[in-house]
Amino acid sequence: MSVVGEVSEAELQAAVSAARDRLNEHTLKTVHWHFSDDTGCPFWLEKKAELNFDPLKDIKSFDDLKKFPEFEDEWLRGGPIRRWVPKGHAGKPVYVFETGGTTGIPKSRMVIEDHWKDYELFSETLPDKYFPKGANWLMLGPSGPRRLRLAVEHLAQHRDGICFCIDLDPRWVVKLIKKGWMEHLEEYKKHCIDQAVTILTAGHDVKCMFATPKLLESLCEALEEKGTNLAEVGITGIFSGGTEFTSQWTRFCVEELLGGLPEESGIYMTPTYGNTLMGLACSKPITAADGYKIAYYAPQPRAVTEVVTFDDYNSVVGYGETGRVKLYTLTDEFFVPGFMERDEGERERPFHTYPWDGVSGVRPFHELASATTVGVY
Amino acid sequence: MITLNPLRWGKQYESLEFNDVVHFDTGEPIARVGTVGGGIVTRDLLKAHLAREALLAVPTEELIAMSKKAAELFEHATLTVGDSQQSVDDFVHQQSASTGLPEHMCRSNMAKNSFVLSRMDEILQCLTRGLDLSILSKGYGDEGRGVTVSYQAQTPILGAILPNNSPGVHTLWLPAIALQIGLALKPGSQEPWTPYRMVSAFMEAGVPAAAFGLYPGGHDAGGAIMTKAPRSMIFGSAQTVAQHSGNPRVQAHGPGFSKILLGDDIVDDWEMYLDVMVESVLSNSGRSCINCSGIWASRHTREIAAAIAEKIGPVGVLPPGDSNAQLAAFTVPAMATGTWAMVEQDLAENGVTDMTAEYGEKLIEREHCAYLRPMVVHANSHERAVAAKEYMFPFVSVVECPQAQMLRHIGPTLVGTVITSDESFITAASRCVDIDRLNVGPLPTNRLNWLQPHEGNIIEFLFRNRAYQIAPMPVAASSS
Repeated sequence: MSVVGEVSEAELQAAVSAARDRLNEHTLKTVHWHFSDDTGCPFWLEKKAELNFDPLKDIKSFDDLKKFPEFEDEWLRGGPIRRWVPKGHAGKPVYVFETGGTTGIPKSRMVIEDHWKDYELFSETLPDKYFPKGANWLMLGPSGPRRLRLAVEHLAQHRDGICFCIDLDPRWVVKLIKKGWMEHLEEYKKHCIDQAVTILTAGHDVKCMFATPKLLESLCEALEEKGTNLAEVGITGIFSGGTEFTSQWTRFCVEELLGGLPEESGIYMTPTYGNTLMGLACSKPITAADGYKIAYYAPQPRAVTEVVTFDDYNSVVGYGETGRVKLYTLTDEFFVPGFMERDEGERERPFHTYPWDGVSGVRPFHELASATTVGVY
Repeated sequence: MITLNPLRWGKQYESLEFNDVVHFDTGEPIARVGTVGGGIVTRDLLKAHLAREALLAVPTEELIAMSKKAAELFEHATLTVGDSQQSVDDFVHQQSASTGLPEHMCRSNMAKNSFVLSRMDEILQCLTRGLDLSILSKGYGDEGRGVTVSYQAQTPILGAILPNNSPGVHTLWLPAIALQIGLALKPGSQEPWTPYRMVSAFMEAGVPAAAFGLYPGGHDAGGAIMTKAPRSMIFGSAQTVAQHSGNPRVQAHGPGFSKILLGDDIVDDWEMYLDVMVESVLSNSGRSCINCSGIWASRHTREIAAAIAEKIGPVGVLPPGDSNAQLAAFTVPAMATGTWAMVEQDLAENGVTDMTAEYGEKLIEREHCAYLRPMVVHANSHERAVAAKEYMFPFVSVVECPQAQMLRHIGPTLVGTVITSDESFITAASRCVDIDRLNVGPLPTNRLNWLQPHEGNIIEFLFRNRAYQIAPMPVAASSS
């Protein structure tokens, strides 16, 4: 019998099957919540009338979600934002988080507690050795109407820490790039990095941080110019994210910025993949032996990722094959029955920690790649 | 299939990411190029001073001798390039296959690059006005006039964002090595061949490997070179040039808008200069900034345009291996269709006539590439928009304009060939700040004398002439 990771193939298959059962059950519950008159949100209750099936009767499993038309992200542009608030959550305080927005109306998503829950789940995946409970955090990434800042701060608080935040406006960064104002871009980056260096060297006991790959590079460079480095200023755990987070970048970061894998450098870095719609997908631990491959696994059953064929978004590709990333959000706050991400990648097999499909090699979808600005902050 | 790895100060780096270089006509991959991101470039440029130190350890005259040897190797030898041995024929086939340039043009660009390298001593002699090159190494010295002169290097390395489709431009960065300035190059995604082969030739000739960085990659890698290198050159569009205008750290090379001006004194004999005009427009498939995009005269402009059209209008698409091939493919078909759309817009203006209309379809679309066949248009005034256009194929507008108004209206002109014996016109052309390289007489715009500076003197770009005073130190009383 072959053994995958720490469990046998049979045990893995059992876990996969159990996870699927849980997903089916969760799907049923979520659909009933969003399409019942007393708990659903105005948007989906209105949409129900346009569907040629009855979600309450005809959705019996996760696969049945393919009966829904493709979720159009245009639906998220413009208001009223209240149309997305489920009646079952009436009266609760509501956040709104936005994506894009450099020009035109940004896409917005309402959130009540999903960002907290997502990051609490993510917290369980962080090794305490490198992300010690009680340690303080630095959030070096997009702020403003993005959810990331509040989510990371909650993560820190959830782990008994306090989060220091740098204010960074990605919309201005994109504008600077489009205008070709590269000197301003450098100055703005420096402005952010200077603040980060100040915090890290001010005796605040910051051990953990979030940073985008670009800012992490700049931070390491700035620390080096001051004759120090991340380890010396006390950082032991980093989580980072973005489509520029490739195997090559990870290798560069581990080998040249951090000074080696955690056992050698004392710094653990974990890639994440996420957005305002889905939440946060975690990565299988990265190793040099595996070519620094990054495989992401969605926080099932609250969110699901599939890798689907380019010509039929309802057909999943074979393991190891390339396709477009399709996303499902199945929480009691937000329902997305299949949204085509602007990314592509390879379908990954389940493993013991995440007994469901993952996606690796995430990169901008080739048909949209030229129009996508990646790695801007 | 050949694999080209990034080179980090002479050391090959095996990237985990690759871009394929594909054949322009079949789409088949012909090379895998390992790529790096801006982080690696930034990190390497922190050590750029080591590249210069490695070169400073070799006397200038030895570097010049090595450059001459590199020229020989580049043009004639089989060299280690990436993981393969590359013969001259391999290089020509590969370059033609990825850029769409006919093979004989690849050979001619190869010869041009080699020629410049082989005459590096004369070129530096001319660019420095005969300066003792040890003054550049040491930073100061005496020219023999009893006055200390100082040239201070402004950068340990020259960064360059190299183009995809113009293998002739590499001559511009070649002098850096003999000037003891290292190189951080981002090869063009479709034309990695020249920088890789040239660096291999330099290293084979004995130049320290630590002087070279080759960083294939995306905009991120290029951006890092531009940001971190104190001096860099970039090749791009008019927009690219405008973006870097006034930035002393960047030398931007873009469209040349090179022109031929026919003086009133000779214009009635225009047929004598037809070959000069045709060569200026058609050479190198009209791709270079030194190709002529405008011919200005006060009269006979329709006849001139018709005569050029008769010569270049029939030129068609031939296989790249054909020695008669005159046209290069657009390896990105959308560039050809986009260019054609702009040309159609130009032709729609009153006063503009397509003089090549009778020579058939201009836009030839293939599965993986496209071609644009030569065009000559007539503009009845310098006010027509087409008078200020340059495209990446043999395209020229013949513009009717009184001689007295020409220099006021030609606009930026990289190479201006002024054919005249009229002294006052020559004087005015010599004073015209819109003309960069001035040719007086029947010289095709594409024939450059490499002993003259091109689009900015690289010595002035890399070094700063400054004051340097030395006073003898008094002997301290305690030492007596």
